[in-house]
Amino acid sequence: MSYVPHTERERRDMLAAIGVDRMEDLFADVPAQVRFPELNLPPALPEPDLLREMQAQAARNFPVDPARSFLGAGVYHHFRPATVDYVLSRGEFYTSYTQYQPEVSQGMLQALFEYQSMICRLTGMEVSSASHYNGATAMAEAVLLALNAAHGKRSKVVMSPAVHPAYREVLKTYLRGMPAAVVAGDEDGTADTTRLKSLIDEDTAALVIQNPNFFGQWEPATELAEAIHRAGGLFIVVADPISLGLFRPPGAYGADVVAAEGQSLGIPPSFGGPHLGIFATRMAHVRRLSGHLVGETVDADGRRGYVLTLATREQHIRRAKATSNICTNSALCALGAAVYLTTMGTRGLRQIAELCYQKSHYAAAEIDRLKGFAINPQAPARPFFKEFVVRLPAPAAEINARLREQHGIIGGYDLGDDYPHLKDHMLIAVTELNTRAGIDQLVRTLGKAAT
Amino acid sequence: MRDEIATVYELSVPGRAGIGLPASDVPATDLPADEVRADCGLPELSQLDVVRHYVALSQRNFGVDSGFYPLGSCTMKFNPKVNEAIAGIPGFAATHPLQPAETVQGNLVLMFELQQWLAEIGGFAGVSLQPCAGAHGEFAGLLMMRAYHHERGDFKRTRVLIPDSAHGTNPASTTMAGFTAVEVPSNGRGNIDLEAVRAACNDTLAGIMMTNPNTLGLFEERIGEVVQLVSDCGGLVYGDGANMNAVVGVVRPGDLGFDVMHFNLHKTFATPHGGGGPGSGPVGVSARLKDFLPGPVVEMARDPDGPRYRLAMPAKSIGRVSPFLGNFGMFVRAYAYIRQHGAAGLRANSEHAVLNANYLRVRLHDTFTVPFERVNMHEFVCRGAIEGTEVRALDVSKRLLDYGFHPPTNYFPLIVPEALMIEPTETETKPTLDAFVEAMKAIAKEAHADPALVRAAPHRTPVRRLDEVKAARELVLSDRTAPSLPGTARASPAPSARKSGRDARGPR
Repeated sequence: MSYVPHTERERRDMLAAIGVDRMEDLFADVPAQVRFPELNLPPALPEPDLLREMQAQAARNFPVDPARSFLGAGVYHHFRPATVDYVLSRGEFYTSYTQYQPEVSQGMLQALFEYQSMICRLTGMEVSSASHYNGATAMAEAVLLALNAAHGKRSKVVMSPAVHPAYREVLKTYLRGMPAAVVAGDEDGTADTTRLKSLIDEDTAALVIQNPNFFGQWEPATELAEAIHRAGGLFIVVADPISLGLFRPPGAYGADVVAAEGQSLGIPPSFGGPHLGIFATRMAHVRRLSGHLVGETVDADGRRGYVLTLATREQHIRRAKATSNICTNSALCALGAAVYLTTMGTRGLRQIAELCYQKSHYAAAEIDRLKGFAINPQAPARPFFKEFVVRLPAPAAEINARLREQHGIIGGYDLGDDYPHLKDHMLIAVTELNTRAGIDQLVRTLGKAAT
Repeated sequence: MRDEIATVYELSVPGRAGIGLPASDVPATDLPADEVRADCGLPELSQLDVVRHYVALSQRNFGVDSGFYPLGSCTMKFNPKVNEAIAGIPGFAATHPLQPAETVQGNLVLMFELQQWLAEIGGFAGVSLQPCAGAHGEFAGLLMMRAYHHERGDFKRTRVLIPDSAHGTNPASTTMAGFTAVEVPSNGRGNIDLEAVRAACNDTLAGIMMTNPNTLGLFEERIGEVVQLVSDCGGLVYGDGANMNAVVGVVRPGDLGFDVMHFNLHKTFATPHGGGGPGSGPVGVSARLKDFLPGPVVEMARDPDGPRYRLAMPAKSIGRVSPFLGNFGMFVRAYAYIRQHGAAGLRANSEHAVLNANYLRVRLHDTFTVPFERVNMHEFVCRGAIEGTEVRALDVSKRLLDYGFHPPTNYFPLIVPEALMIEPTETETKPTLDAFVEAMKAIAKEAHADPALVRAAPHRTPVRRLDEVKAARELVLSDRTAPSLPGTARASPAPSARKSGRDARGPR
């Protein structure tokens, strides 16, 4: 099956109009010895067969029940209001492209403008991009902004080891071609504040922290903000947008750039993507911001309207001197997040954040009572949001296999992979979708696993 | 239709709720008082208001589903609806990227096969699905080129040749990867100037970025010689796969000697453009770059019970460019698309994309000059200014909106003044193409008969031409009617006594 609509007669007429006899004649410029290769691909499938095969393919995956999944570490099972998919399924939105013709793109432009507005309020920042690929690339672009803001005079980036390991890896890749170095605090599982502060100097372009950090705990952010600002660098904070419904935004404690993964805002986990890179900063940096930006203006009749603005930062105008190479972004996910935030409203998002907080604390308290387990053993006094570290009496992989095989539970993230000293520790995430019954089942099974 | 649409903040009424949520079913824990905020500043709307708002916005947006969208170099083809249904299957959409491999074999098989198929289609030795967009793939490709040279102890190679017709992402990616972009001119036939390439080839050359067919829609006639020149001086050849829709099943870039190329799944393989994204930009590479691919990639291991699939980092990988596995939701759609078409169907797509573009060219070239005219591939570039009038390409584009068509790409490539870059794609019917031709010809006539009409277009859209200078000067980037929150500086000037267009004018 192909979606080519031409009839034989139309094809003939069109070839005649062009002045060639056969389709093949259109490809005379292609070197003959490599023209029209036989491609070894499976045979074509009609739609009903395709659907059946793809359903079978999906069924080869373990069926995930979000109420019984405790895996987070940067991607979360959260409630998705039906309004989100309803709006995202509108072809006028999802089959459009970047808003180069604003007169017929006002819908997406206004939605993105409203997204920017809501992200500014949520993060406490002054300007938000219209989206990046995901939280990790948004963080990498934030670091590029900081290096750029230092006009090449600062080449060091101080990174908390409690920033998501995969984000740090992406940053490392992004900086491969740049004269910049990342220095990290000790990989001790918590960002030792004194150690991090001691790494900051006059050559430091930015300090990057995650808050709540990869382990779910709050950092002494105000203190760290003061330290980096005293040295003249920028404070970059990786945030959890759900937490911002209830807790202080990075803008309130001195962040210069906020990067965040927006997947929690109505976007399915989808095996890691597509997700949404949230990127917000202060107006002082607007000309260094990367990615599309929507601005309000008026039309020829003075009627309010929206356009992509400050295009002179972007690759299609500035080419080699652009702030970034980003063009295609994650606009549809930004639209999804906007619908999510509009549906939730101030009180809805607060309630979701409270549920995450309450349920995760219930789960942590119950697990803490089990013999052989300990909660956040490296930093027991630090408050946490929706994730916490559990020290286990057995290897995480063994425990997770038992949880899954016996009770269909997806257990937590094995921290030993990224932090060697956290062997036999897992990171457990609890959201509003985890039921008390599911949590109790987890606790019971963990208790048995210890014996 | 011409009313302003109130923003979500203008619609907000404190106390309204869009959703009902459950009460907590666990004992309460005190919140850390120092960390709690009073208000997160979101609007409050009823659910019906939310739905009506976004439906109203969608009605002001033009997609492929709305009408003909010949935006050159973007491949705005039909996005099959079944692919959306497939991507939404919970067995795919609810999987978490950090689940153990044994729980996601369905996903890993799919990724493995997609890697294989893209390698087959492109003529490559390996593929990584990590990059999230074309530019992201370019960046990954350039980093691989860099790593390849450095691994050989060759640190002199700092220059990358880029034709003057290239997409802006090429030089921008080159800079990000730590190289210097060197522009190469095009010749009188719209090909890259071979002599200029020859002159630039020396031991400081890291490689060249070629878009083939190029952005004029022309297949590089001397591509073999370009590849040879660059390879002979130790450089690598990067292929920008943005125009791959012209040549699937027609020629494999790997067979032409390309070392690395990104695919745009959102162009060639019909995953939706999403209003600007998400896309997906897998990279394919020749054998000598395979170990440098960004990872993880999916590998197959043969077990006694059958094949098992797992994630692995290539031996000399440049690392991750995505935190997890790339835009998996797009892989599902592209996989379904390839599966539905088979080899013959994919080739037929490219052939008809080229047929449609050539048909439009011959029907339009008497009215709109086509520089570098010869048989083109999936798109072509003409001059949009109407001679003897003040009507420019931009005016023609805006007037097309009144005829119900999305305009072509304007003012690109930069080497053609007043460029209109037209890419019809294979999924458009002859009657649609004919209607577009008639509209273009009618506009050319209007340009002489009533130039003011064309210069002031569009007239039938929800808004008329927008003041981009004002937008860039005033930088209102966030809704001024939204509440300002404690601890947050206000980005934009406070709402003035701006007369609301909606109230002042009423519906039209």
